[in-house]
Amino acid sequence: MRIMRYLGVALSNIGVNKLRSLLTMLGIIIGVAAVLTTLGIANGAANSITADIQQQGTNLLEVSDARGVGGSRLTTADARILGDRTEFPHFVGVAPAYSGNTTLVRNGVDVEARVQGVTGAYLTVSTIEVASGRFLNAADETHGARVAVLGSDLASDLFGAAEPLGQEVRIGGDLFTVVGVLKTSGGSRFFSNDTTAYVPLTIAQTRLFAAPFYRGERLVSSISIKVDDAYPLEQAEQDVEAALRLLHGLKLGDDNDFSIFNQASLLDLAAGVSTTLSVLLGGIGAISLLVGGIGIMNIMLVTVTERTNEIGLRRALGAHDRDILVQFLAEALVLCLLGGVIGVGLSFGIGALLSAIPAFPITIAIDATAVILALLVSSAAAILFGLYPALRATRLDPVEALRYE
Amino acid sequence: MNEPMPLQSTSSTPVIALDSVTKTYQMGEVAVHALRGVSLTVQRGEYVAIIGASGSGKSTLMNIIGLLDRPTHGSYRIRGQEVSRLSKSAQADIRNREIGFVFQRFNLLPRTSAQAQVELPLFYAGVTGAKAKRRAVEALTRVGLAQRLDHRPDQLSGGQQQRVAIARALVTQPSLLLADEPTGALDSKTTAEILDLFDALHAQGLTLVVVTHEHAVAARAARVITISDGTVVSDASTRQKEE
Repeated sequence: MRIMRYLGVALSNIGVNKLRSLLTMLGIIIGVAAVLTTLGIANGAANSITADIQQQGTNLLEVSDARGVGGSRLTTADARILGDRTEFPHFVGVAPAYSGNTTLVRNGVDVEARVQGVTGAYLTVSTIEVASGRFLNAADETHGARVAVLGSDLASDLFGAAEPLGQEVRIGGDLFTVVGVLKTSGGSRFFSNDTTAYVPLTIAQTRLFAAPFYRGERLVSSISIKVDDAYPLEQAEQDVEAALRLLHGLKLGDDNDFSIFNQASLLDLAAGVSTTLSVLLGGIGAISLLVGGIGIMNIMLVTVTERTNEIGLRRALGAHDRDILVQFLAEALVLCLLGGVIGVGLSFGIGALLSAIPAFPITIAIDATAVILALLVSSAAAILFGLYPALRATRLDPVEALRYE
Repeated sequence: MNEPMPLQSTSSTPVIALDSVTKTYQMGEVAVHALRGVSLTVQRGEYVAIIGASGSGKSTLMNIIGLLDRPTHGSYRIRGQEVSRLSKSAQADIRNREIGFVFQRFNLLPRTSAQAQVELPLFYAGVTGAKAKRRAVEALTRVGLAQRLDHRPDQLSGGQQQRVAIARALVTQPSLLLADEPTGALDSKTTAEILDLFDALHAQGLTLVVVTHEHAVAARAARVITISDGTVVSDASTRQKEE
């Protein structure tokens, strides 16, 4: 329990010079707080992206054109063939979409919004849910019905408190009847469903956006495919690739004129980015702790000089080299650990503060491992940077030290 | 090391015995002879003053007696044990156990209670807790400060501070109390009080060596050793109190 005594002595010595101790610890405090907060934000962002992706399901493929508008060859026919259950029994939902931006008008209120032409299958491949009314169905498609389903924010922008169902809204040049309103998704923050209007695919391709033709079929901007859980996603991806290359008449060695996007690979990407970010921030943290540690060393050297007389006295009273060494190391350790603990507290405070801001999109997730690591690293810094001043203290000649004023 | 173990408890063994001790400092090319062969013994229960002008070598002698410095040549025994060639660490243990230091400037720790000051040497002896507290209180009672246990140096007068320092020197029950100009920072009234305390401690059987340049202080000792130019020039009993 001798070490407790040394720590007690160290703590009281630190208490004697409160302002100086605080300023000394500031390097460690800021270093630890900065690293933990930024790591917490990175972590929170990664969690949020992962949650979004998992909400949509990881057994999703999204095919889009690789050539940009104009050169695209992805058509309604591709979607029709991929949606053939006898050919592709594992594709439980195939949803082509054609989207654009246009103006929606209702009683003089006009709103610029994203309009997506989709089929009823879209409901199976996305996270949207109907709050009131219904979603688009196959009958709307075959009859070319001018009906629309509105995202929740869009509905309130256009109709305010009034009931939108059964009302008409002008989209582009035509009047559409609102048949459904979606629940607030709140899910994806990067691409909101809440401000989107959904209309039947054919109407979007013809009346609204006049999609170009390829081999007599209208183009689509993307085809989302939900694969049944038992079927490997990589296999599904290969199936889609083979089918589309055949349909587009690509020869061996030709590049794909489409790209397939896999949700699982997005998850891997998110995890990779998060790891890279953690390593980077950890590095910055190590540098700031180095700077903080040098500050501690500086002050410990001053302390040793100031207390030369005390060291001489302790020598006379029977202190060994070891006792002097441990005393000053303990002081550096207490300074660093105290700084570390304050830094951890500060990072939690900042985290709580940021999370309290409604507009701040990320829940800050501070890791227990990161906290422990930060405290361990500050202790290591204390030993490393406290060692030299402590060794200097042990090398003082007792006679000289006692004479020192 | 709960209780100091007598090295050799024969009453005839001197507490300290220096034989032909020299100390030479090398100042660049010049060798400074601080001590030129000092031999002296102090018996158990003696009260000895070492007096000399500044530069006489008395401080060097005191540092060697206190094991804060090593002689260049010669032998130094404490209670029969040769100590001048011991390791730094072994010397620290002997200092802790055998020698109680009293300094001119008291050398108390700032912002520390009297009791904690007195417990400090016990901490280095491995004695802590209730036992250390009891012994510290005993030592402070012995110097008349039983009512000042919780006082910090800035709450005590100079004389009281020196009493705390004396209690700190006594708490390990050393063989020798070594005082370096103990009254140098005190007024004449307080000086008398401290010297009376020394007399009382001497009467209780404590061995004292007081290093001073003041004849009035030295006169209180039973034996006065005069140092000049690195040698003992006189060693005389002032009073015929010794057996």
